[in-house]
Amino acid sequence: MASGIRDKVAILGMGCTRFGERWDTGADELMVEAFNEAIADAGIAPRQIEAAWLGVCLEENNIGKTAGPLAQALRLPRIAATRVENACATGTEALRGAAYAVAAGAYDIVLALGVEKLKDTGYGGLPVRTRGVANDLWLPNSTAPGAFAQLASAYAAKHKVAMADLKRAMAHISVKSHDNAALNPKAHLRNKITEDDVLKAMTIAAPLGLYDCSGVSDGAACAIVTTPEIARALKPGAEVITIKALEVSVSNGEEMSFQQWDGAHIATARTAGARAYAAAGITDPRNQLQMAEVHDCFSIAEAVTMEDLGFSAPGRVIHDVLDGVFDRGGALPIGIDGGLKCFGHPIGASGLRMIYEVYLQIHGRAGERQLPRVDRALTENLGGHPHQNVCAVSIIGRHGA
Amino acid sequence: MSDPTATPGLLATTLYLPRLRLERAEMLAQHRWMAPGLRGLAKGQRTIAHWDEDSVTMAVETARQLARARPDVTVGELTLASTTLPFADRLNAGIVAGAVGIAEGAVVRDVASCARAALAELAAALRRPAGSATTLLLAAERRIARPASAQEMIQGDGAAGALVGDGATIAEFVAHRSRHADLVDHFRESGQVHDYGWEERWVRDEGYMKIAVGTLQECLAAASISAGDIAHFVMPAPLARVNEAVAKKLGVAAAALVPAAHETIGDLGMAQPLAMLDVALRAAQPGALILVAAFGSGCDALLLRRTAVPCPGAVPGPGKSETSYLKYLSFTGQIELEWGMRAEMDNKTALTAAWRDHARAARFEGGKCGSCGTVQFPSTDVCVNPECRAQKTQTPFSLSEARARVLSHTTDFLAYTPHPPFQFGHVDFDAGARVLMEFADADAGELEVGMALAMVYRIKEFDRQRGFRRYFWKATPVRDNAQQGT
Repeated sequence: MASGIRDKVAILGMGCTRFGERWDTGADELMVEAFNEAIADAGIAPRQIEAAWLGVCLEENNIGKTAGPLAQALRLPRIAATRVENACATGTEALRGAAYAVAAGAYDIVLALGVEKLKDTGYGGLPVRTRGVANDLWLPNSTAPGAFAQLASAYAAKHKVAMADLKRAMAHISVKSHDNAALNPKAHLRNKITEDDVLKAMTIAAPLGLYDCSGVSDGAACAIVTTPEIARALKPGAEVITIKALEVSVSNGEEMSFQQWDGAHIATARTAGARAYAAAGITDPRNQLQMAEVHDCFSIAEAVTMEDLGFSAPGRVIHDVLDGVFDRGGALPIGIDGGLKCFGHPIGASGLRMIYEVYLQIHGRAGERQLPRVDRALTENLGGHPHQNVCAVSIIGRHGA
Repeated sequence: MSDPTATPGLLATTLYLPRLRLERAEMLAQHRWMAPGLRGLAKGQRTIAHWDEDSVTMAVETARQLARARPDVTVGELTLASTTLPFADRLNAGIVAGAVGIAEGAVVRDVASCARAALAELAAALRRPAGSATTLLLAAERRIARPASAQEMIQGDGAAGALVGDGATIAEFVAHRSRHADLVDHFRESGQVHDYGWEERWVRDEGYMKIAVGTLQECLAAASISAGDIAHFVMPAPLARVNEAVAKKLGVAAAALVPAAHETIGDLGMAQPLAMLDVALRAAQPGALILVAAFGSGCDALLLRRTAVPCPGAVPGPGKSETSYLKYLSFTGQIELEWGMRAEMDNKTALTAAWRDHARAARFEGGKCGSCGTVQFPSTDVCVNPECRAQKTQTPFSLSEARARVLSHTTDFLAYTPHPPFQFGHVDFDAGARVLMEFADADAGELEVGMALAMVYRIKEFDRQRGFRRYFWKATPVRDNAQQGT
């Protein structure tokens, strides 16, 4: 009988580059930068890593196929390496591969690294791309903001709330993200903004304005994972941080082709969240978690996810957001590192970046943005669009918490 | 059927106009500096095809209007007539046939090359013996006149169509005469965009007043009909005062001239005689004689008699005023604007996939599950209903005529489209499918959750690198009189 992954895998070390427009840095150098921080943090030698998982999403825009670019960049000694891709959930997927290999007992120490070099396209936003030869015959060539903007129209209609009220809550989320990132030296967008700035910004995809959209960034993040026993042996006396849950849910086309989904929530986030809570033994997420990093690619995505993950009651997120529940001083801080919105969103790295922040917060190493005490935290990493996506949810905490 | 001289008649006619109507005053405003002489033509509006409309899509809409007018009729032959067919080598009528679901065994053909070709086809269909296959004749034009030319002012984009067959006919055949003459009043070499024309006075005197008048006289004589008995005269010359002169010379009453709608639509080229015939039929009393002319490389003259059967189907609405001449230039590819790198996306079509999934894109064909009744698009082996999941139970179900509603929507300023912003959203069909779709002809701020939608056949994308275009269905708001094309 399968027993899940709870407390079977420990995070030994993590690294994360500064995210941003890294014009002078290639993907190879980003990988080395993240890896060097992680290996130093883990206190091991590179040759102790037995296998590696590389996450990169738009490989055609940067490093190309296979895990070869990772092996080359780090000169890994011909160990097993695998490239994974699950859209914007790629980073968590890389960790999942690595963690499950450790949990299975196949390896003692493995590496999960996510990287994305997005700023080589020549234009803002994510690169345009084919949806596959059959889909291109009928599927609209939509953008990410356009697809996520759908949530807002459907949410406002479903809950019978004024779009102006929803937009105010969305603006509050973006202002909060900028405030949080201002305290994070590795964040892409560190300027403070006002609600007025958000509401007056140019429209990208109605009702989303410029400040409702996350940054498109270059960056890399990585984790070195092992068993709790090895972690304790390698770092006697240090806090051991383990994975409580690592769940993925993938849309099967029901949201986009069957009339049950209301268009106003992320169905996979509910599924993955529920499984993760069950695996981690969480029954009251708003009170049992001390923080969460969610996939705030767009302000509206963060808003609906608060309800999908049980942080807000259905239809109540506008009130909770405006009441400051998710601000850094609130009951459940969300995106304390600036989130995708302001830390930035180098796709393959984002899931690992979320876990990096959780890891720092639990260790008490988050600098100016350190929260009082974090025992358990959640990350939610979404790949794709609200109607067709991959949702990865992790719960990370102190060993035994 | 017992009368060996019996011929088929007209079962229905229709006129399709694109929604956008370009204000001629705005055209003049751009050209006045170098072509002040256009002032005399710069009255009212002309129709312009949207960026995603061409002769094929307008023909599809025309065919759908006729199918709605006469849902009882099965088409055995389809002819698409146009001088602006998008493909020089690919059966354009076959694209139309696929979109409207004409049977595989139907005879389908393109007809091209001059302004009288569509009327010649109509006459040919009417002259066949009774019992012949029902013919769907579609004429569509989207001509592109050189900027600041008189033609740019005179022409319009649009389509007209006719159903010819046996049964409850709205008009019956009386006589037809045709004359070919290589009098080149204008021409357009294959592959060229613009026409080149000769002096109008010569076209009038040597062309219309001799060739057209002569052919029309022969047609009347063939039926032993006096010109004075003509109740409606469809004379489609786009030149000023020519129609009046022809009527006068023939002896047809000036009041019988069918209005050409120049000030609201423009001249529809090959579709113009059929468009004006549609107007004439709707105005005609039972028994009225209708004389139709089409001029170009000769002349065709067709004489019809109106029956007492009411004309089925609706007429176009007033459309929507468009004041951006620059937009028209861009739609017609006559000015290259900076669309940014997002427009560089390669829209290559995998022709194998296009054929494999042909019904999907052509007829908007999804599947209906025989087990649970769920309609889904696209059709797949496994039913999308999570309570069902039955395999290989779906039978073809077309959504092209289905009504739907907006579940969610956005107006996207980031995505590339030739007419920003890009409007798309989730569309829920009353029949039970959900499809992420592009919206067509939706105005800024018009989209709302729950809004009623109908489907229209449009160009999805151009592959400019290879000279290809792919078509698909888009959702358009159902307005109060949407059937009238407003």
